[in-house]
Amino acid sequence: MSLQFEKPIDDLEDKIVDMRKYAEEQGMDLYEEIGLLEKRLKRLKKESFENLTRWQRVHVARAAGRPTGLDYIDKIFTNFNELHGDRALGEDPALISGIAEFNDQSVMVLAQQKGRDTKENIHRNFGMMHPSGYRKAIRMFALADKFKLPVITLVDTIGAYPGIAAEERGQALVIAESIQRMSELTVPAITVVIGEGGSGGALAIAVANKVLILENSIYSVISPESCAAILWRDAAEAEKAAEALKLTAKDLLELDIVDRIIEEPLGGAHKDPQAAIDSVAKAIKEELIELNKLDQAELLQQRYERFRKLGKFQEMA
Amino acid sequence: MALDRWFRRKKPNRKDDDKSPSGLWIKCDSCENQVYRKDIIANLHLCPDCNHHYRMPVDDRMEMLIDEDSFEQWSGTIGPVDPLGFVDLKTYPERIKAAQDSHKYPDAILTGAGLLDNQRVAIAIMDFSFNGGSMGSVVGEEIARAAERAAEEERAFITVAASGGARMQEGALSLMQMAKTTMSLAALASKRLPFISILTDPTSGGTTASFATLGDIIVAEPKALIAFAGPRVIEQTIKQELPEGFQRSEFLLNNGMLDDVINRKELKQKISKYINLLLANRTTIKVKHVPAI
Repeated sequence: MSLQFEKPIDDLEDKIVDMRKYAEEQGMDLYEEIGLLEKRLKRLKKESFENLTRWQRVHVARAAGRPTGLDYIDKIFTNFNELHGDRALGEDPALISGIAEFNDQSVMVLAQQKGRDTKENIHRNFGMMHPSGYRKAIRMFALADKFKLPVITLVDTIGAYPGIAAEERGQALVIAESIQRMSELTVPAITVVIGEGGSGGALAIAVANKVLILENSIYSVISPESCAAILWRDAAEAEKAAEALKLTAKDLLELDIVDRIIEEPLGGAHKDPQAAIDSVAKAIKEELIELNKLDQAELLQQRYERFRKLGKFQEMA
Repeated sequence: MALDRWFRRKKPNRKDDDKSPSGLWIKCDSCENQVYRKDIIANLHLCPDCNHHYRMPVDDRMEMLIDEDSFEQWSGTIGPVDPLGFVDLKTYPERIKAAQDSHKYPDAILTGAGLLDNQRVAIAIMDFSFNGGSMGSVVGEEIARAAERAAEEERAFITVAASGGARMQEGALSLMQMAKTTMSLAALASKRLPFISILTDPTSGGTTASFATLGDIIVAEPKALIAFAGPRVIEQTIKQELPEGFQRSEFLLNNGMLDDVINRKELKQKISKYINLLLANRTTIKVKHVPAI
């Protein structure tokens, strides 16, 4: 299924495929004509993606086929061993965690996982974590600290799950505790926002030394739909809310909320998942090499200062 | 999230966000008796008939908890800006101006130092009547500064939460205040100074999911709404009515999320005891340093 603004791109792609087929069948040399169309396609993709509205960008961040946490885990890390459960309440499939190898080092990986089809989406609760998921995260942070494993988190959630059982089991408290525990890590921590970074539910695993974001990912205090429901009193005004919230990678880099934007392949990560995964791997590797040079105290200090300075205000007369 | 709007829709006749009693005589929200307004205010904003806890203005809250003439204000030197150029039905600067015009302080927070039963404390009190007590850059910065300065000056730290959550109009910058305020508590912990968090009606969203639930001791006033997601959000998600008392203080106490629920009239005395008991051994017991294996 393609996004609305992708229609002209898809049409042109189809046309090129048809032309190739025709040329082959008829034994004609249409090399030049096809070449021209391909150039036009590239230009069209570039222009469309450069000029996406923020709301369109939200759709790309949520697009079907966009690589998910598991896709990155499978391709980037070797020898991944999933570790389950919070040892108290249960196992939350919306968060995948485990130990693996990366660049000749053992690491701890945590990834929020949306489903790649309806069945998986139901199993993963659409990537919305319950308190047991945050408790599991806290457990993994402690394990990483003990064995000096750098922590890599992949963020992709619309937010923490809002439900009766979640409230009963202290959703707010475990998010707060997860933020706190991650901020205390004495090992390097890197976060990549691979899709959607939704509110406190995302921040709970994003208190890293370096926070990276894919070009078409978003990161926001609230989903555009919920924001519209509250401030415009109409969830249908989500497009306006998305504009107002300044939730794109470019916006967030300007506000120092993220440290680095990872480029996506032309047309978005969902069009070429392997290329997106390769870019993410390269970025994590580069950042980890730099962070490995810091000692424990420096890591804590750098992380503290990184978040301490965030906020905009004025001195009062 | 500014949850105040959802509450407002449930009670369309209420003119003000602030649940402080207004008018000469009011009908109590809880017992429905006709009560003289001044009697409520003089009674720590409690209904004299049924002890219903009304929301309390920040200055009254400070006076109730801090010994007379001992308060030194820290906050107030910084004010909000409009980092995103945020416009919804109104512009953010319009919302700020309206709030500032009807309030004494530049944002939804009062911090400072003082004595509580002669014990040195620092305190941060949130103001729900100012933009739903939402936590933006100013509120986050003031809380972080207060926690850090409390640690520096060896004071116990007390927060009184009353907040709809993160301030949407400052976007992800507001979200980052959750990390900032949480991280500022480390300075207190490293000096083994107590952090007491008092939750009042209502506390939700990003405030509940950060510093406010990280107290060494966490207490709440009776029947306060304390939530991560507000009741309306949950109702919309699960499409059914919520049970009576859901997300109220007593519900959280029963679920093991609070140390205690305390009547406002006993609050100061209780906090005083906590601080006293927690600090009593701090200087007398020698901390044994166990060498790393």
